[in-house]
Amino acid sequence: MGEKVLMKGNEAIAEAAVKAGCRYFFGYPITPQNEIPAYLSWRLPEVGGVFLQAESEVAASNMVYGAAGAGARVLTSSSSPGISLKAEGISYIAGAELPAVIVNMMRGGPGLGGIQPAQSDYFQATKGMAHGDFHLLVLAPSSVQEAVDLTIDAFALADKYRNPVMLLADGMIGQMMEPVEFTREIDPETLPDKPWATNGAKGREKNIINSLALDPAELEKHNLKLKAKYDQMKEEEVRFASKGLDDAETVIVAYGTAARIAASAIELARQVGYKVGLIRPITLFPFPEEIINQTADKVANFLTIEMSTGQMIEDVRLAVNGKKPVHFYGRTGGMIPSPEEIFEQIKIIGGAKE
Amino acid sequence: MKEVAGKPAALTDKPFHYCPGCTHGIIHRLTAEVIDELGIREETIGIAPVGCSVLAYEYFDCDMHEASHGRAPAVATGVKRVHPDKVVFTYQGDGDLASIGTAEIVHAANRGENITTIFVNNAIYGMTGGQMAPTTLIDQKTKTSPAGRSRELTGSPLKISEMLSVLDGVTYLERVSVHDTKHIIKAKKAIKKAFEIQLAGKGFAMVEVLSTCPTNWGMTPIEAMKWLEENMIPIYKPGVLKDIEDGE
Repeated sequence: MGEKVLMKGNEAIAEAAVKAGCRYFFGYPITPQNEIPAYLSWRLPEVGGVFLQAESEVAASNMVYGAAGAGARVLTSSSSPGISLKAEGISYIAGAELPAVIVNMMRGGPGLGGIQPAQSDYFQATKGMAHGDFHLLVLAPSSVQEAVDLTIDAFALADKYRNPVMLLADGMIGQMMEPVEFTREIDPETLPDKPWATNGAKGREKNIINSLALDPAELEKHNLKLKAKYDQMKEEEVRFASKGLDDAETVIVAYGTAARIAASAIELARQVGYKVGLIRPITLFPFPEEIINQTADKVANFLTIEMSTGQMIEDVRLAVNGKKPVHFYGRTGGMIPSPEEIFEQIKIIGGAKE
Repeated sequence: MKEVAGKPAALTDKPFHYCPGCTHGIIHRLTAEVIDELGIREETIGIAPVGCSVLAYEYFDCDMHEASHGRAPAVATGVKRVHPDKVVFTYQGDGDLASIGTAEIVHAANRGENITTIFVNNAIYGMTGGQMAPTTLIDQKTKTSPAGRSRELTGSPLKISEMLSVLDGVTYLERVSVHDTKHIIKAKKAIKKAFEIQLAGKGFAMVEVLSTCPTNWGMTPIEAMKWLEENMIPIYKPGVLKDIEDGE
């Protein structure tokens, strides 16, 4: 441990899951996340785990539902169209209050879309994953190292809240190679017992994993219990990174790959006198509202950068709450904005310098 | 004093919600008796479906996992892969297994998942109020085939057990009925064998149980038993469709 290795994002995430003590993976092939199942197909058996390629994403997410109910740390991964199919199982997992980790290596949509990186599943991940009153906890890495760290955290957060956690990245993070270090390794044998799991009712009352509640009063009570968990996440789990907020006049809000490019654009802008800062949400749900709202008191403008036609901007606007203008620049369909394009937007918003 | 009759330990005291004359009660009981006889109640995880038996998790007194519609074999796969030393069974109706869940049952069977499936076929959707199922007989009237099922419009009754029996992963598959005592005794033997195969680690076993739906068939319970015998049995012939141990 502690040694830096050069790894592709997808493979690093797969290894991080193993390091997190995950021993079960159920998935279905789809580009651009195929290196995750390919890696785990040999790596999990090596550590006594199970890799199973399911007949569909629908089946895969329901296998995850079964394995999570049975008490295992379990992972599935997919990309946008596949996540739509996994939505059924994810809703049941959330309803039955089970921990599971889902990776979405986003590609352009809608429909079959394309296979190039995109951020157009923000709404799906943070608001509209599937039917019912529920949220995923959503983590958005912007480097391979961060993807590793967040993958390991994702399993702990899933267990803490008995709630599915999504690692939301894009094809760029999945496909690029960067040096990574694995500093943590969890032995699944040392994880706390899950007394609610279905593992045979030996000497105890039977356990039931279920999301059905025909009595509306009972279901309302259940949904309010779920909401209390989401409120707790908002209190305890908000994560973001920021840069240059002290003197910023314009603040860019961007996550994942878009945030990396925005950081390069900010360097270009600062060289010629534009005071630009960055807020990079790391948790997309819970969203870092407070820092954005506080920053709105000090700066003149916000600029949201996304690889979509504008999804996260709605949360930025809610957080800014009308205090300052919120501008938007995005590329979509698998197109990636360049630092120069973003710099142009900074110039438009910031006005002429010199 | 020796108890000669009573409720199996693998059933809870919760009264069934099933309609009068519905044979789910018989099939629940047979399954529970088998679990008792094999002494596996504390080792067993049952997977409940969506359909009339959606509340099966309240009736079986073992660990239970309620699946989404048709996905019980996938959920069972997840549970069994985590606990290969436990007994995992799915209990599914014909809308669940033979319509929305065809992919999941075919692939669980083909993988030879070491699980047991109880497949209850009453040729109709019961819980949603009597719609046509893939297993509905030709000319059978349902809410969504009011003039009777037409082959031209909707195809023929799906013989999913015959389909599954050709898969290499299937160890044992038998179709039984519960319309009279003789058949009920046979049904229990088949269910027991399907669990024993799992206990021996021999792979996928399924029992299709022909069942009635007096409410949605629009019959008295006795008429329904007779209708099953006269109309379903000729199409869904009881018997062993696959038994690897018999060299088939």
